Amino acid sequence: MSEFRQQIEATIPALRRYARALTRDAETADEIVQDTLVRALRSEHLFHGGNVRAWLYTILTNLNRNRLRSISRRPVLAPIKEGDAATAGADTGSRDIARALEELAEEQRTALLLVVLEGLTYREVAEVQGVPIGTVMSRLARARLQIKAYLDGERPTLRRVK
Amino acid sequence: MIDHLNVSEDELHAYVDGELPAERRGVVESWLTTRPEDAAKVTAWRKQAELIQARYGAVADEEIPPRLDIGRMACRRRNAWIAAAAAAALVTFVAGGLIGWTVRGVESPSPSDLSRFTADALEAYRLYVVEVRHPVEVPGDQRPHLVEWLSKRVGSPVLAPQLEKMGLKLVGGRLLPGPTGATAFFMYEGPSGERFTLYCGHTGDRETALRYTAGDQNAAYYWVDQNVAYVLSGPAEREKLRDIAQAAYEQIDTRQQRGG
Repeated sequence: MSEFRQQIEATIPALRRYARALTRDAETADEIVQDTLVRALRSEHLFHGGNVRAWLYTILTNLNRNRLRSISRRPVLAPIKEGDAATAGADTGSRDIARALEELAEEQRTALLLVVLEGLTYREVAEVQGVPIGTVMSRLARARLQIKAYLDGERPTLRRVK
Repeated sequence: MIDHLNVSEDELHAYVDGELPAERRGVVESWLTTRPEDAAKVTAWRKQAELIQARYGAVADEEIPPRLDIGRMACRRRNAWIAAAAAAALVTFVAGGLIGWTVRGVESPSPSDLSRFTADALEAYRLYVVEVRHPVEVPGDQRPHLVEWLSKRVGSPVLAPQLEKMGLKLVGGRLLPGPTGATAFFMYEGPSGERFTLYCGHTGDRETALRYTAGDQNAAYYWVDQNVAYVLSGPAEREKLRDIAQAAYEQIDTRQQRGG
């Protein structure tokens, strides 16, 4: 197996984790990971070095954004998810981190998860999101502020729809 | 330096995330001993990170489902590629004189802005091409206004090519979000109602010649010229699409050589 494929394969567990946190649904998450891998493999012959891991996160992040965009275009058909079915029981009654994440704007959630769950550097997150590092930091700051407010029991602010 | 002993909120985040330069770490730590509010923030952010890791960290230890086995995927992919190559060879054979072009067209999108552009462009095509009443925001009879508005929003001069000679009328255009920011979207319509769209926005990718990508029902030619990516999408009739793409490509290229 080529080094490129080995690097992709080694990243799959982390991609699944990231996708699960982004989508809160195991099935949807693995679908996005699968699409990410298909796209990556398709481009193998064009990849000449560089940060494979950050690139995979970039593809996955964009696919998820497209998914959210298409859901928001079909509001009637979009189910309202009441928590991650597999773990909802454990959190009944408590203010839970998954719900707090869901309240965030998509780009804030992405920035925070890439940093605290996936351990990407600010520079890598900037690359993934295609924005300056300063923008990543302000997204992080807003995400943390809002999660704190949510966990502290304040009424969640309405999610900004872009 | 006045701020040498002051610690900004950005530095607090960087401290929590292990991004702070070593020489500032001590400063932040002593700062926190005398600033209970900032210390509380740091504690809260660390707690959030722990909650997130506790909630999702274990997913990475799960067994990988078979659908994500890249060995199998690569195999399927190879078969698909062979089929595509065979089809392309046939087209090349039939098309005869257009060989150079067609062979280049078989390339897959690069792992970069361009693949995102084409994916977004085809998605926009599928979404808007079926619109009967509101396919565009600004109708094509206001071409100068439309072009001026979209150029301003995209941040680069964009062009709505004149495709009347190909039998296509400009329906109009709209502004869309794209992979790198604002994107201009022009729609054209042929005599029997078939629609083609041109999607253009900024890219950091280097210039490319025309390339082809096809889905089930629709297909696109795409290229990059002077930091603007263009994606021409339409029904999957490759030759017709190529003629239109080439006409658009030449007009945009000519305009830029004139410096306009």
